[in-house]
Amino acid sequence: MSALQFRSKRGQRSEETPQGLVSFTDWNRRSVKYGLGTAQAALLVLLVVVGLGPVLWLAKAAITPTQDTLIHPMAVFPHGTAWSNVSDAWSQVDIGLYLWNTIAIAFGSWVCQIIVATTGAYALSVLRPKWGNLIMAALLTTLFVPTVVLLVPLYIEIVHPPLIGGTYVDSYWAIWLPEAASAFNVVLMKRFFDNLPHEIFEAARIDGCGKVRLFLSIVLPMSKPILAVVSIFVVLASWKDFLWPLLVLTDTSLQPLSVRLPAIQGQTELGVFLAAMLIACLVPIIGFLFLQRRVLRGTGLSGALKG
Amino acid sequence: MSTINPTTPNLEQTEPAPLTRAPSAGRGRFRRTPLTWARHGGLSTLLFLLPLLLVFGAFSWYPIVRLVLMAFQHTNLVQPATWVGFQNFSEVIHDPLFPIAVKNTAEFAGLALVFGYPVPLAVAVLISEVRKRRGLYSALAYLPVVVPPVVAVLLWKFFYDAGPSGVFNTMLHWVGIGPQPWIQSENTAMPSLVLESTWANAGGTVIIYLAALTGVNAELYEAASVDGAGLWKKIAHVTLPQMRTILLVTLILQIIGTAQVFLEPYLFTSGGPDNATITVLLLIYNYAFGNSLGASYGEAAALSLMLVAFLALFSLIYLRATRSWSTG
Repeated sequence: MSALQFRSKRGQRSEETPQGLVSFTDWNRRSVKYGLGTAQAALLVLLVVVGLGPVLWLAKAAITPTQDTLIHPMAVFPHGTAWSNVSDAWSQVDIGLYLWNTIAIAFGSWVCQIIVATTGAYALSVLRPKWGNLIMAALLTTLFVPTVVLLVPLYIEIVHPPLIGGTYVDSYWAIWLPEAASAFNVVLMKRFFDNLPHEIFEAARIDGCGKVRLFLSIVLPMSKPILAVVSIFVVLASWKDFLWPLLVLTDTSLQPLSVRLPAIQGQTELGVFLAAMLIACLVPIIGFLFLQRRVLRGTGLSGALKG
Repeated sequence: MSTINPTTPNLEQTEPAPLTRAPSAGRGRFRRTPLTWARHGGLSTLLFLLPLLLVFGAFSWYPIVRLVLMAFQHTNLVQPATWVGFQNFSEVIHDPLFPIAVKNTAEFAGLALVFGYPVPLAVAVLISEVRKRRGLYSALAYLPVVVPPVVAVLLWKFFYDAGPSGVFNTMLHWVGIGPQPWIQSENTAMPSLVLESTWANAGGTVIIYLAALTGVNAELYEAASVDGAGLWKKIAHVTLPQMRTILLVTLILQIIGTAQVFLEPYLFTSGGPDNATITVLLLIYNYAFGNSLGASYGEAAALSLMLVAFLALFSLIYLRATRSWSTG
């Protein structure tokens, strides 16, 4: 199931022509038309309530006075709104700083992971050294070791790095570099490179194009779709990460939102806290709304890879 | 999972010829000195591989080796590590919390399967037959996945408020059900955690199934229709068999994922009430980082190793058992 095959398969069936499970003749049958129609309408209502409901509730509660949220959680603004929650979140609990930390961590993770995944996949897929299969096998092995079980050795490595000495606690490098060791990204990228037309590379090589130029001006520009998918996943995963930043960032002024939110919960007024939570999920949600198609296609693609 | 392996014949055929400057016929015939190796482009290839080798060496391969070593050592980061044989393992096994954590993790994984496995499939099949605005359905189903897990858990923790004015209890009151204790009771805590986890993760599975559903050959449906198969028969005899590989893969991936559950028990209940939600990963965390008397990294490493070994063994047996079914 490669990237290209995947896309051509999508193209076989467009949204307007139901040639699938339910055929045109089926759709013309009354029981199917109404039964399936009702089921789909019910599904839409359910998806709105279950998928969107909690987020909408959070948005409502973020601008509702704390007492109203506590006593009548399901009422909509019984005593007016409290926009002060949002401004208090910025001034009292420094949400701006933590938001900035989260962005800095996500950006650094993105740079490191893209560099490692593209150069590695280029070498393994296009340059193909003799010992490439060995490296590939070693990469695939790591897919079977869940990263969470490596927490303890990784943590000790960050606190007491061998060879170089010192300590990397409270350094963003302690997050950026370990996250770059993602075999999933490399495999996804390599699969894509494998399916690029290699005749073009051959032609470029004959025209005197070096390895670096081949990488920068031919392979990378041809790989925009997969770069977008990997970038979205990397940024989203970094935004969601909690346990590793909690372990390696002890200085509160360096911590991202995901680590700070549980910590400030105790001493923050509920309304302000909910506003802070809303701010924390607003960026990924808005990003998702803009990049919806790419995100959903990428998720399907990663599923195809797993299969 | 078999297609991940790059040596499957299917992929081998599509792989293009190597693009190295070294004449392939010359390889191995004459002894290659470092100089000829560099001149033939080995050096620049190595430079491209360097970021990958360094990062994986330092943060993936080395920690895996270190994990195995640490499981047989006593380490406290101050004194040099000492070898203790299987002592860490026996301490973990004799820890009264160990069987509880294993049971709870199995319960979480089992409940997550009951809640979370059939629902995404049903949702995906329904969405795939939507004629208009299919994107809206998919986006709504996927939305919880982009909410940061910490926000999701803290939000649901508020929803789970056990008082009569809690969000869920208010909603239950509308339909005439009394307030539930949710995460505050031993009996309902684990299902509550699974419910939130299913909400947060099901969207991704729906999208994967949707992609797989569009890959089902439409001619099979037509043939089934011609043979007089109705809707349910088509689902049973075309859709499900065509999707069996992806169904088997998502099943094992979900079990592997839920066996490592940490965030929900950590943030919702810290393993309580009365250890009802302590999981294997939470126990590992407590051994290494949650112990005020001093970290026992050895025990944490031993338990991590046991988890990896169990999951690897489980996957292997699973793949063996389902091989004929998934490829046949």
